Amino acid sequence: MSDASERTRIKSERYESGVIPYKKMGYWDADYTIKESDVLCLFRLTPQPGVDPIEAAAAVAGESSTATWTVVWTDLLTACDVYRAKAYYVEEVPNKEDEFFAFIAYECDLFEEGSIANLTASIIGNVFGFKAVKALRLEDMRLPYAYLKTFLGPAAGVIVERERLDVFGRPLMGATVKPKLGLSGKNYGRVVYEGLKGGLDFLKDDENINSQPFMRWRERFLYVMEGVNKAAARTGSVKGSYLNVTAATMEEMYARAEFAKQIGSVIIMIDLVIGYTAIQSICIWGRSNDMIVHLHRAGHSTYTRQKTHGINFRVICKWMRMSGVDHIHAGTVVGKLEGDPNTVKGFYDTLLLPILKENRTIGLFFDMDWASLRKCLPVASGGIHCGQMHQLTYLLGEDVVLQFGGGTIGHPDGIQSGATANRVALESMVLAKNEGKDYLKNGPDILKTAAKDCRPLQVALDLWKAITFDYASTDTLDFESTPTKSSN
Amino acid sequence: MARITQGAFSLLPDLSDEQIKKQVEYCIKNGFAVSIEWTDDPHPRNCYWEMWGLPLFEIPDAATIMYEIAEARKAHPGVYIKINAFNNARGVESTALSFIIQRPAYEPGFYLVRQEASGRHIVYTIQSYAVQSAGEGSRY
Repeated sequence: MSDASERTRIKSERYESGVIPYKKMGYWDADYTIKESDVLCLFRLTPQPGVDPIEAAAAVAGESSTATWTVVWTDLLTACDVYRAKAYYVEEVPNKEDEFFAFIAYECDLFEEGSIANLTASIIGNVFGFKAVKALRLEDMRLPYAYLKTFLGPAAGVIVERERLDVFGRPLMGATVKPKLGLSGKNYGRVVYEGLKGGLDFLKDDENINSQPFMRWRERFLYVMEGVNKAAARTGSVKGSYLNVTAATMEEMYARAEFAKQIGSVIIMIDLVIGYTAIQSICIWGRSNDMIVHLHRAGHSTYTRQKTHGINFRVICKWMRMSGVDHIHAGTVVGKLEGDPNTVKGFYDTLLLPILKENRTIGLFFDMDWASLRKCLPVASGGIHCGQMHQLTYLLGEDVVLQFGGGTIGHPDGIQSGATANRVALESMVLAKNEGKDYLKNGPDILKTAAKDCRPLQVALDLWKAITFDYASTDTLDFESTPTKSSN
Repeated sequence: MARITQGAFSLLPDLSDEQIKKQVEYCIKNGFAVSIEWTDDPHPRNCYWEMWGLPLFEIPDAATIMYEIAEARKAHPGVYIKINAFNNARGVESTALSFIIQRPAYEPGFYLVRQEASGRHIVYTIQSYAVQSAGEGSRY
């Protein structure tokens, strides 16, 4: 005589206890009709040798939604068909034998409204360590309109920031105070004053300037504001300096942000390493306190750079525009840090356009309407100088903060001269562009002519004329200009 | 003497009429409406300069705008004049370009008033030499 638990065992093939392939568990559906409200993900899969790519895709769909490694009867207490993510399309990556693109659709109700932490806990929570795949990379996401409407996005963004600063029709200009570490508060404020007086709109704390023994944060904030206000009076224009409020705890970050507001700063700064929840919190604080929030993408290269594993930076751009940062570092193309032109254009478009169109040549895999979330201003920083101004104008456009750290402070005649050289180079290039000149081709001549009225520019051009950072990118695109099948 | 550096081209030598016209043509080509504004109180946070009439919407040629610029200069010599271009496209709906086209021969600039508050806190106020020394209309 068998006992009740044996007699009531589930008989259906699908729910009998044991291990069955994910694709048979409902995580693969080639005929799936995508709903407008679905969250779509594109993963780059490198399956383990011998693993069927469709099974690997189904496994990723399963583990990033409802599944575990074995069949569980408790599925039957839920509308499990709805909650299962569905891998619906797998294609080979061009010129790669063992890599595949897998498209997966997720029901919107799987995700808590307005929470990047919850969204990412599902999408990247478990699957990246999954044994069946050798490597996995989240390449792109389509966030549905309905879900985006649960996020506030940037409080200021490009348009409001320009209105507050009264700067229209040219990129904003900044510089990071150098050396990154070691200056006293008083010396630090000097760099801020000189740079702003010379023509920059912003100076900036670096990612690792918080509150160290050589300079505690209040000391820095007070001297920086002396520099900001003195330069504003001197030039008759609005000036700012990103005060980095990154700290060990949220309580301490709020305290530093509050002090920044009391002493009249227009902008604060945070590092990506503080985490998604902290970022969303400080953006809400910024919204209530009329404060622009600058995000330094400190740490991102640990997971964005390698092509086969991690997260593409365009996905981080999407999460950060949803989180509500007003600024984010997004690459320079010509500077010292990673980024090829089309990839970087994809990041800039992601941050700036109201509606994205699928365009694989710049790495955009989905159409996506941003649901009126404001534009997040990209920041180009790292190894750029005034001799590249024609290329920067061509590659990065008008809505960008160009940040010349070494390119300002390293000027032989001082910081003010460095700032002036950069600003004159920029203004002359924008003037030429608007006049319809072929500024990309004639850039060096335009700069040379502008330098006739501006000695600091001439000195800078002579010094940095030969400096380029010409290395092949690690994170490149898979599609040149060949149009390929749409994802759906 | 301190040159005010508001606007897109203020670190370049003052633009010639020919250069201004080319920028106006750029605005027209992009469908921007051009407006002319003047002030003798160019405080960095004075965001409402006086309007020289309405923004010039749907003007097909730069000559009309250059004519209004000349008229504005005649009526307000020796003060600050700028032109703004408005882009009414969805997602912008704001100013697309703004630059100064006339400034006083002598710019005394601004000074910083520091009010010592509690602790090391200083409350800063930016004051204009020109504004504090004379009434509107006779500052420059």
